Amino acid sequence: MDVGKILAIAISMVFINNFILSKFLGLCPFLGVSKETKSATSMGFAVIFVMTCSAIITWLLYYFLLIPFNVEYLRTIVFILVIAAFVQFIEMVIRKNSPALYRSLGIYLPLITTNCAVLGVTILNIDNFFPSGQAVKWGFAYSVFQAFFAGIGFLLALILMSGIRERLQFADTPRSMRGVAIAFVVASLMSLAFMGFNGFRF
Amino acid sequence: MEILIPIIILGGLGLGFGLVLAIASKKFCVEADPRIEKIFSRLPGANCGACGFPGCMGFAEGLIQGSCTVEKCTVSNEEAKEGIAKILGVKIKEEVKKVATLHCFGGSRAKDKYTYQGIKDCVAANLVLGGQKACVYGCLGFGDCLRVCPFDAIKMSEDGLPLIDKDKCKACNKCVEICPKKILSLSPLSGNVFVACSSHDLGKDTKASCPVGCIACKLCEKACPVSAIKVIDNVAVIDYDKCTSCGKCIDVCPMKTIRKRG
Repeated sequence: MDVGKILAIAISMVFINNFILSKFLGLCPFLGVSKETKSATSMGFAVIFVMTCSAIITWLLYYFLLIPFNVEYLRTIVFILVIAAFVQFIEMVIRKNSPALYRSLGIYLPLITTNCAVLGVTILNIDNFFPSGQAVKWGFAYSVFQAFFAGIGFLLALILMSGIRERLQFADTPRSMRGVAIAFVVASLMSLAFMGFNGFRF
Repeated sequence: MEILIPIIILGGLGLGFGLVLAIASKKFCVEADPRIEKIFSRLPGANCGACGFPGCMGFAEGLIQGSCTVEKCTVSNEEAKEGIAKILGVKIKEEVKKVATLHCFGGSRAKDKYTYQGIKDCVAANLVLGGQKACVYGCLGFGDCLRVCPFDAIKMSEDGLPLIDKDKCKACNKCVEICPKKILSLSPLSGNVFVACSSHDLGKDTKASCPVGCIACKLCEKACPVSAIKVIDNVAVIDYDKCTSCGKCIDVCPMKTIRKRG
């Protein structure tokens, strides 16, 4: 396994191809759960967890089920099914076994069920690590790392946004721009800043 | 025949996940109190949040846990409340109608200690040496309370103080929570008399910064026939359980700090 490659994946996923600010995936929780830093952090960790687990499951399914039967075109619908079922299952398990964890993390799980960022990272894994339909060497580990760092990037964007929005409460915003309107403007400015990473090549 | 493979794979996956989830929902099922569902069906279901819980389901759970009472729901009618009380096995008691009250009458009458030029916001102004007023207990007058009021019950008067419309006020406690000076409180509407000062400074110091502050002279204490008013920590406080709203304290107050509700 190539450590340099993992580093490249990390920087790419967190900064250059940040899921929210460069790929515009998962904007719904980005605007919905970014009013307070505390809930934004919890949401971010929940997303990291779900993304990493989804990457593991979808890679295995793709490799052991879809490729042998030559039905790669079913990947989108199969992945959605897998992610939704998995998140539901995890929610039940957490609720039963750890009420404390459920209160801090579990309430965000239904929000993630159909989050396009989770589906996005699994599809991206397949695109990147199955060139010409064949798995690359160490592709599984790379997939998991890619999903994990995509989650970190998600958390980073969420924390930045919630910090700004908490401060925005004290700003004298024009009436017509209050609330979601100014949040969108802030999001676009942050996105512009992240676009600046685009020149990096590894 | 080629169509069969995707059908079998997708159908099989769906069936498999469905079965796993069905088994899991039985195995990991969390026992919920059946009363919650019963109470929930009798609540209005508007999820307005006036009770302080996130929606009617949260209120129903709160009722079961005993962290609140049925009267907190201001929307449902008497019949529904009685039904819920029966499920819980308690009796409804009449909720005393309360109204938000400002314990300050300074405003533009009170002296400033510096000119504040920052954001027009009480919380922000309070961060700078406790606000621009010479009296650190006084109303800053930037109107955080009226912005937070969901019922439009608070207006700003000309002397820079929030005026509370007692008919519109629903005692939701939002203004009480946001006020950085903590000089708003909910007091019973029937008690018509209130102390319009919160200054814990000595009488001399209060008088130097504000012409209408409580100087803790205790004349009201002596005048009250039912001893409902007491000077505690240099400011008069009314015990509304005893107060009969006779108004004797208003007459004797030399600073006109004790007032009748407008």
